[in-house]
Amino acid sequence: MALVFLPALARMAVTGGTHGNEMSGVYVVQEMERQRKEKGEGAWPIPVTTVLSNPRAVKECRRYVETDMNRCFNTDTLSSPITDSSPYEVRRAQELNKLMGPKGSKDAIDLICDLHNTTSNMGLTLIHYTSSDWVTLHICKYLQTKITKVPVRVLVLDIPISDAYSLESVSKHGFSIEVGPQPQGVVRADIYMIMKEAVDLTIDWIHKFNSGTVRPKQMWLKCVLFLNMLFSGTVFEGGDVEAFEFIKSVDYPRDPETRTLTAAIHPQLQDRDFCLLKQGDPLFLSFSGETVKYKEKEPLHPFFINEAAYYEKGIAFHLGKKMMLTVPKVQVQKD
Amino acid sequence: MSSRIGISCLQEAKRVAIFGGTHGNEMSGITLVNMWTQNSAEIERNGLVVKPFISNPRAVEKCTRYIDTDLNRAFTPENLSTPEVEGLPYEVQRAKEINRMFGPKGSSNAYDVIFDLHNTTSNMGSTLILESSTDLFNLQMVHYIKKAMAPHTCSVLLNEHPQLKYSTTRSVAKHPIGLEVGPQPQGVLRSNVFESMRTILKHALDFLELFNSGVEFPPCTVDVFRVQERMDYPRDTNGNITAMVHPHLQDCDWEPLNRGDPMFLTFDGRTILYEGANTVYPTFINEAAYYEKQQAFMTTCREILAANAIRKAFK
Repeated sequence: MALVFLPALARMAVTGGTHGNEMSGVYVVQEMERQRKEKGEGAWPIPVTTVLSNPRAVKECRRYVETDMNRCFNTDTLSSPITDSSPYEVRRAQELNKLMGPKGSKDAIDLICDLHNTTSNMGLTLIHYTSSDWVTLHICKYLQTKITKVPVRVLVLDIPISDAYSLESVSKHGFSIEVGPQPQGVVRADIYMIMKEAVDLTIDWIHKFNSGTVRPKQMWLKCVLFLNMLFSGTVFEGGDVEAFEFIKSVDYPRDPETRTLTAAIHPQLQDRDFCLLKQGDPLFLSFSGETVKYKEKEPLHPFFINEAAYYEKGIAFHLGKKMMLTVPKVQVQKD
Repeated sequence: MSSRIGISCLQEAKRVAIFGGTHGNEMSGITLVNMWTQNSAEIERNGLVVKPFISNPRAVEKCTRYIDTDLNRAFTPENLSTPEVEGLPYEVQRAKEINRMFGPKGSSNAYDVIFDLHNTTSNMGSTLILESSTDLFNLQMVHYIKKAMAPHTCSVLLNEHPQLKYSTTRSVAKHPIGLEVGPQPQGVLRSNVFESMRTILKHALDFLELFNSGVEFPPCTVDVFRVQERMDYPRDTNGNITAMVHPHLQDCDWEPLNRGDPMFLTFDGRTILYEGANTVYPTFINEAAYYEKQQAFMTTCREILAANAIRKAFK
């Protein structure tokens, strides 16, 4: 595939506390703000904005105060008129859209890295709402080669940008960094360090990618860099990126009248996110001892298995299909 | 209560309750109690009346630990005797109601046994929590349960510390027992944790049935972990935590912690070591609900408690 030139990423944001009880992101943002106070703007090689997305939910250590903010960034909600009865999170979403967007415009920030935790055993999962953003996929590929402590997987949702409802869709190339398993309200050192490393490597990639567009004032330096650009400049090799595409969700077995659960995730499925689920494999173990099995013919991959926040959404786990996405060789577009 | 040489004769344990949802987001107990309220066959035993009960229904409905204040700290003498006025926190009202239904605490009319079902985000496995080192009945019950659960480990935590013990929901009964199973995130139901708790209760009820039928339980010893100290996170002047439980300590509940062992890791990567003089056995390591109670973990020391033989007193 031919080399593709893409514009530099001038501005990046790291957002934590979009769900107020997902603690790693809250503390990563806090630590980055402390580093900025200590080292000034030189703390990172590129300009990084840090945002605590849902401060009220963070203060109360709850997922949300009135409504799930990470479902409020679709175009309809972002453009809905604010009234006295508008939920807090809708107002805040519109505020964040003003700060880092507007979504879909040329003024939107280049990249939002939105930080999340899950109670599911998903290691490090990078979530994006489309499968055709080469910048994001290259970052994912870079993280996959650099991070070896945990599995690094890519999850794509494939929805049109106007329907994309999560915070990172405000930026041109946003993605979520989801790390688990971690209980709500808890910060685990191992999970925090994985998330911090993923953020640092993302900044590192952008810096490397952008590094061909430095425009110094000194003429002699301009000449050196011009020659440098002609003969090198950071080229990121293309290749295949394995990804999982969301297909559908499966709910828990429930009592038809009361809607209370009648089974739990089967011990043989619990913690086995991204395994291959085949027909006849156990899904749930009912409280009366029966095993509910996977009945479909098509083998699929479960993920978000037993996520605490999804009980109220009627989701026991999602199912996805494995696919290969091809990214071209890329280099920054020179001005 | 009378005693012949070596055997303590105790009153039979007829009135038993199983409390779930003392904390509304600890799902094993809530699920078990709801299940047994619908169909109590599994918890029926000869010579006993067993009542499953949701202690904090409003918190359960919202899947939150508590509404106004922690119910499991609310059973203080002050709260239980305070007049019934408007504006009392929900859990204080509820504590008074529970004291009326299952107590009064300290009286001869109180329920004989209450099992209070809890989950923790800490890697504590199956844990039984005692509030007294001299309650022979509880010691014998715990010994029976541990033996029946083997080779699955059941740890026993004893909280008799004058400053650190607290007024639990179950303390209205003559013989309170806490069941704590983890690790499980709040709001999540894990099948293995659920089944462990179910099995502990099965053995506990078996013990009660045997005791009430006149079986004599010989003298025994119980290995316990006695609560020593509460260790908080390092914090800044605003009260925010500045470090996390160290990866070497995380998930190591009940394992020895020695002087010089890593204890906390700051957000910028510095290790803080445990500096206590003696070896301790930490527990409740990184429990979600304890950040606001200024507790990263509790230290305990190992002790062996002895219990006389017991049997039911003849009428």
